[in-house]
Amino acid sequence: MSTFLPHFPATFIVTGDPLIYGAEVSIVLATVGILFVLTYFKKWRWLWREWLTTVDHKKISVMYLIAALLMFFRGGVDAMLMRTQLIRPNMSFLQAEHYNQIFTTHGTIMILFMAMPFIFAMFNIAVPLQIGARDVAFPYLNAVSFWLFFFAALLFNLSFVVGGSPDAGWVSYPPLAGLEFDRGPGENFYLLSLQITGIGSIATGINFMATILKMRAPGMTLMRMPLFSWSVLASSILIIFAFPALTVALALLLIDRLAGAHFFTMFQGGNPMMYINLFWIWGHPEVYIVILPAFGIFSEVVSTFSGKRIFGYSSMVASLMTISVISYVLWVHHFFTMGAGPGVNSFFAVATMCVGIPTGVKVFNWLFTMYRGRIRLTVPMLWAIAFIPIFAIGGATGVMLAAAPADYQYHNSFFLIAHFHQVLIGGTVFGMLAGMYYWWPKMFGYMLNERLGRWAFWLFNSGFYVTFFPQYLLGLMGMTRRMYTYPANMGWNTLNFISTMGAYVMGIGFIVLVMDVVYSIRFGERDVTGDPWNGRTLEWSLPSPAPHYNFARIPTVTSRDAWWTSKQERSRSDAPRKLEPLQPIHMPKSSGRPFIMSAIFFIGGFGLVFNWYALGFLALLGVLVSMLLRSLEYDTDYYVPVEEIEQTEAALGRA
Amino acid sequence: MDKTTYRKRSRTRKLGITAGLSLLTTGCGERYLVFRPVGPVGQVEKDLIILSIILVLAVIIPVILLLWRIVWRYRDVPGNPAPYDPEWSESHVLEVIWWGIPIVIVGVLGAFTVRDTFLLTKPPERTAAPLTVQVTSLNWKWLFQYPDQKIATVNYCEIPTNRPIQFILSANGPMNSFWVPQLGGQEYAMPGMAMRLWLQADRSGVYYGHGANFTGRGFAHMAFNVIARPRAEFDGWVQQVRHSAPVLTRVGYQSLVQSSIVEPMTFSAYAPGIFESALLKEGGMYMKRDLTMLGRSHGH
Ligand code: HEM
Ligand SMILES: [Cu+2]
Repeated sequence: MSTFLPHFPATFIVTGDPLIYGAEVSIVLATVGILFVLTYFKKWRWLWREWLTTVDHKKISVMYLIAALLMFFRGGVDAMLMRTQLIRPNMSFLQAEHYNQIFTTHGTIMILFMAMPFIFAMFNIAVPLQIGARDVAFPYLNAVSFWLFFFAALLFNLSFVVGGSPDAGWVSYPPLAGLEFDRGPGENFYLLSLQITGIGSIATGINFMATILKMRAPGMTLMRMPLFSWSVLASSILIIFAFPALTVALALLLIDRLAGAHFFTMFQGGNPMMYINLFWIWGHPEVYIVILPAFGIFSEVVSTFSGKRIFGYSSMVASLMTISVISYVLWVHHFFTMGAGPGVNSFFAVATMCVGIPTGVKVFNWLFTMYRGRIRLTVPMLWAIAFIPIFAIGGATGVMLAAAPADYQYHNSFFLIAHFHQVLIGGTVFGMLAGMYYWWPKMFGYMLNERLGRWAFWLFNSGFYVTFFPQYLLGLMGMTRRMYTYPANMGWNTLNFISTMGAYVMGIGFIVLVMDVVYSIRFGERDVTGDPWNGRTLEWSLPSPAPHYNFARIPTVTSRDAWWTSKQERSRSDAPRKLEPLQPIHMPKSSGRPFIMSAIFFIGGFGLVFNWYALGFLALLGVLVSMLLRSLEYDTDYYVPVEEIEQTEAALGRA
Repeated sequence: MDKTTYRKRSRTRKLGITAGLSLLTTGCGERYLVFRPVGPVGQVEKDLIILSIILVLAVIIPVILLLWRIVWRYRDVPGNPAPYDPEWSESHVLEVIWWGIPIVIVGVLGAFTVRDTFLLTKPPERTAAPLTVQVTSLNWKWLFQYPDQKIATVNYCEIPTNRPIQFILSANGPMNSFWVPQLGGQEYAMPGMAMRLWLQADRSGVYYGHGANFTGRGFAHMAFNVIARPRAEFDGWVQQVRHSAPVLTRVGYQSLVQSSIVEPMTFSAYAPGIFESALLKEGGMYMKRDLTMLGRSHGH
């Protein structure tokens, strides 16, 4: 064990590479710039009061979304760098060390710091509004989740310039990720930041499960609940039962690294296979955690833009739930080649194929939701339609991978890479972008531009096929993943070149998407009705953006597609609606503690990365004190008086 | 499982599927190593792959055609004559169809998968006695030891054709995966543990192999060739190695264990117990059953 005095490794600030110098300079410039703007426009108070201390699910959603897009950018730059290195054989654009760091940060960021906050942005904006609630069950905890994620992402990204990035892959298998082969602090950054964000994710899972089970408006039975909320319930259950396995895996590996234990070391009784199992006991459900909400979004989008009820609602619910149960018993398919006996491999192979059944059912139900509808090809709908063929193929290659003996030939090859990008991009990313375009007016009160949105869609979608289809073939040609370079005589050159071109097209698509966001901030069409898409679920009954208490009166639900039904009823009779008198609304108070406590987590995490135990223990103490203070706090909520509600509603043009 | 069934099964299936296959194996097809197996193991895997492709196409194609047709027919344009039925949302017949079809597909693919999973744990042919090769993944090179011939090679491996090869895989370094696509699928090479992978080449040739599981900085350079030739030539090669190549001493082995990238090497003999001691270093306690495998491979 090292001393309690800080000791700075020689490589504290990463040096020696123009990319990194560039990043360091731009980080300093951006920080100075932001500080200057905030000070110059006297925005510090505003920032603190409106954002850093908020517990409002709608604002938390906005912050998640911004963070997810930023991380998408960072992960995307990583992807461009990797594809550039692979554009030709024997390229020397990146050194092996850099390539290894880049694919590690790419995978980690895309899954944990892009996909996760993106789905949480969607959870937060839509669930309370869809089920007729005024906030989530635990608004304070919701803020804690966000800030833990935020500071974890900061910690992870810091490794780029301080100490060095992790480089053992996003799966970080020991012994490669153990002290023996990986001394630098990079791996500690990985372990600690994932641990911190994982706590936040578990809290979010609990929060949304409680919200959905306990806070639905009167009359909204489970079987009347919108499918997105169902998918969030399924995903939350998965989070609650899967993340603890990751917590354990990371903690044990961290103890190995910091305290010299031997859980996963090569010898002295350590067993790296244990880590691999624990990792995938989380890792496999994790892929469903990020895909199920996308399924939910597609259900909403397809039904809305076909002007039609969702087809086979009960089947849809059944398949969501079946998937979330089955996905716990699939993890071994990530290592059929680790020598489990044929019985074990057979079991997991067939179980994995079985998960294809409910998934296939969902695809057919989406198709038949469109059948006999009236399909409006808006941007969210384009993403949803494009998702279907990509996901059908991605799911099919998944079933092919599940055939264990066949998998011996695909495993760790580019075939696998193509498969999971097909489902992660075609499924999760398309789903989140569909959701972003769909709920953007609800979040911000204006629409994103259709024209730019279409450009972004077509570029990204066609770039996708060009990038990833060649990778299936490369896999069958024997190209393994995580090679920073490859020989010229294997026949892999053309396909790699094509794949890189496709990646560039996707990159351009992403830039157009960002242009759309920036353009629409200024020129976006305002959404004055609150229901720009002729929606079906309760969030569209509210003004855009919704007032902070969401519903002045909690609606009573009498059917599925509650808002659609009440629109129909209204159009049938002109009888003036009878309104209940307003009541004061019970709301949670803002709090700065989630921010501060998470910042302390960050400081402690940073300390442990460099084995500065004193700092680590101090921070742990700080965290405990903030939790104690919270439990002694009673002044946590207040009532919005009726006059204020009346004024707000009148200002929003609602009686 | 005896030789005839192992062979016959793959042949019957081959009949039905040559059609779909011809697409991928013509033209520049020889680059698709997975579709160019040269031995029974790779052949079984290829057949399963082809079967799975055909089965999943039975879902993908209808989905894409339906999608195309529905989006075209029901798009929201003025005067579209197609029916509009906003409340139609249940059909038991349809739902039974699309719960049923995937179940059938999974049933068929699952059955073949289970059969082949068990099949591949056994040696391909019983007629010829298997040859054992001990494989160790080191940073960043492959060490091949022939316990019966008592010779060793680095970064290439010679095998006789038409004879099952029992590769015993391990690592003295990070976990790797041993993959020679044309012979058959991969298996992990893990420290402190020995695993068996049966492969066989029916044709002479030089087959590309590579580590498949990332092991750090030099990983991309962990390629090796497997050279298969008829038994007599193989024996000749062994004799030649015995007489001409240097010896792999314990010290020499220790320097191989150090991280480096090296050219292919050949050794006429090696210090005994290298493989076993790396495996059992500090106890290797968690895979006791592997000791029997070692015992058998050594014949004592
Ligand atoms: C522009 C789009 C993208 C491109 C071109 C791209 C490219 C790549 C490449 C080249 C690799 C590594 C290959 C290697 O191991 O040598 C990779 C790995 C990976 N990607 Fe992507 N990617 C993209 C988007 C995404 C997205 C959106 C996600 C997640 C939602 C994602 C998740 C992953 C994961 C989990 C890995 C595995 C990392 C690892 O195993 O180390 N990627 N990608
Ligand atoms: Cu999985």
